[in-house]
Amino acid sequence: MSYLAYDFVQRALIAAFVTGLAAPAVGTYLVQRRQALMGDGIGHVAVTGVALGLVTNTSPTVTAVVVAIAGALVIEVVRQRGGASGDIALALLFYGGIAGGVFLTGLADQSATTLNTYLFGSITTVDIGDLWVTGGLAVVVVAVAVGLAPRLFAVAQDPEFAKVAGIRVTAYNVLVSVLAAVTVTVAMRTVGLLLVSALMVVPVATAQQLTRAFRDTLLLAMALGTAASVGGLLVSAEIDVAPGATIVLLALAGFAAAWPVGAWLRRRRRVTAPFAAPVLAREEPHTVVPEEHEHAHGPDCGHPAIVHGDHVDYVHDGHRHAPHGGHYDEH
Amino acid sequence: MQVNPVMATEVDPVVLRVTDGCVELGGRPVLRGVDLTVTAGEVVAVLGANGSGKSTLVRTVLGLAPLRRGSVELFGAPVDRFRDWRRVGFVPQRVTATAGVPASVWEVVASGRLAHRPLVGPMRRRDREATRDALEAVGLADRARDGVATLSGGQQQRVLIARALAGRPELLVLDEPTAGVDLAQQDAFAGILGRLVERGTTIVLVAHEMGPMEPLVGRTVVMRDGRIAYDGAPLESFEDVPHAHAHHPPRPAVDYSPALAVPLDRATSPDEEHPS
Ligand SMILES: Nc1ncnc2c1ncn2[C@@H]1O[C@H](COP(=O)(O)OP(=O)(O)O)[C@@H](O)[C@H]1O
Ligand SMILES: [Mg+2]
Ligand SMILES: [Zn+2]
Ligand SMILES: [Zn+2]
Ligand SMILES: [Zn+2]
Ligand SMILES: [Zn+2]
Repeated sequence: MSYLAYDFVQRALIAAFVTGLAAPAVGTYLVQRRQALMGDGIGHVAVTGVALGLVTNTSPTVTAVVVAIAGALVIEVVRQRGGASGDIALALLFYGGIAGGVFLTGLADQSATTLNTYLFGSITTVDIGDLWVTGGLAVVVVAVAVGLAPRLFAVAQDPEFAKVAGIRVTAYNVLVSVLAAVTVTVAMRTVGLLLVSALMVVPVATAQQLTRAFRDTLLLAMALGTAASVGGLLVSAEIDVAPGATIVLLALAGFAAAWPVGAWLRRRRRVTAPFAAPVLAREEPHTVVPEEHEHAHGPDCGHPAIVHGDHVDYVHDGHRHAPHGGHYDEH
Repeated sequence: MQVNPVMATEVDPVVLRVTDGCVELGGRPVLRGVDLTVTAGEVVAVLGANGSGKSTLVRTVLGLAPLRRGSVELFGAPVDRFRDWRRVGFVPQRVTATAGVPASVWEVVASGRLAHRPLVGPMRRRDREATRDALEAVGLADRARDGVATLSGGQQQRVLIARALAGRPELLVLDEPTAGVDLAQQDAFAGILGRLVERGTTIVLVAHEMGPMEPLVGRTVVMRDGRIAYDGAPLESFEDVPHAHAHHPPRPAVDYSPALAVPLDRATSPDEEHPS
């Protein structure tokens, strides 16, 4: 691990750490609004922003932030106006963004390699100025996404209800869009613009395999994103590939590992969920089970014991048997 | 808001007032010249066929649908300048309470406290108490930590009711809260409403059929085709509206709208038919 001693690797690690925290934090709200691909759209638009920086010899980070925010606001307006054409309008924006970026880079006489470091990330190009900008933006993103969580949650969960709770829904939607755009720029140097959306979405998908609450999902996704981001960067330093690829593959491996666990948890929850108790306090129909039982149902008889109102039903062979006096009732 | 010191001493009993409310959606008039006044403590049922404009009426009252003409006042303030949202609770017409990320029953119900909470910071004790009370009122206290998506449709509807109750509103607006809820649960729901009515809560309840909520209702408004067709003593069903049926002889169902014809339509009309 001798490479850890290099300054540029340390800078890249710090950038990967803050990116891993910020991307899933914003991604959680995008997924909640069922806009998992929005990060991808902003990433494509930001390519043009980077190219503008290269053409004009200004900082690509700054031009990318500006263009990404503009693109995010256009996407939000299109989303608000809605309709079937919204989908098409977004597609046009995505393709225009990436084509414009490649075209401008060509005009600027920059090699494809320069643009590639922004598209798929690079650990050698994070300079100290980048690190300050990236770190500062990431701190703001995480502070807003976590600090305003109750309101952002309510707005994404049910905008009409949020409005009647006195929340300025439009302002919060714009805020999420701006946060997403800033996050894309933060993630540009490590995962790269074309894969940033994966770091926003995949940890959220992984987290929700295991969680039932929004807050848990948000925090777990941030932890998983950080692990994938830092881990992927270390792997890429070791084997010398673009960090974007290793980060995303690591995040996907996390999902592949969590999915069977999630499937098992969901099944277990369904099987052990209590049977609906009668709402009215009327008696359960009293049907005595006709057959003889070879064993007495009990805590360790091996049959699933499911809570049913004030007693327990034992489930076997498609029946629910409730002990009653010296016999069982069919419930 | 400025309060006139003379006015402040006397209680203004009008909770909501719609004057000549006209709403257009998708270029078509959906609410036409609606006048409605509800005073404090009233329990008003809004009945009507599907598509008659019930949801649009309550959404307009809450400032969610833009007025084309007319005005809406909530607690004496024009709805677009109304800021005291903690006095209002809303149960939207909804099939589910889920979104793209799992949320627990507690989290959804707790969002009913947002109008009472500062911009940042954790829930305070009275927020948690109100959330717990609301969950108990709808009989879901033991499911607080479960994911909303794991509940049945009727239970999710109760979560939405609890969310509105958590704010302890003075005006509660419910849009078909018992759609898809079985009769036993409707009974339980009527019990919850009854306790709110005793506390003096003003209630506007959109329903398709009254069911067990009937004895609570003090007044019925029937919507038909975007207008108020009846406003008076309680009715069991919107079909009971006196003189509900047409005063005009039925007209033949012909739509004459030449401006909307397009070339291909014309080719198939009998007098211009020609073999191609
Ligand atoms: N967003 C919308 N755009 C266009 N038309 C709408 C929209 N929402 C409702 N409508 C129309 O307005 C009418 C009244 O709808 P609504 O208020 O939902 O009726 P109700 O709640 O009584 O079933 C219906 O004809 C419906 O098709
Ligand atoms: Mg409706
Ligand atoms: Zn057994
Ligand atoms: Zn039983
Ligand atoms: Zn048995
Ligand atoms: Zn028995």
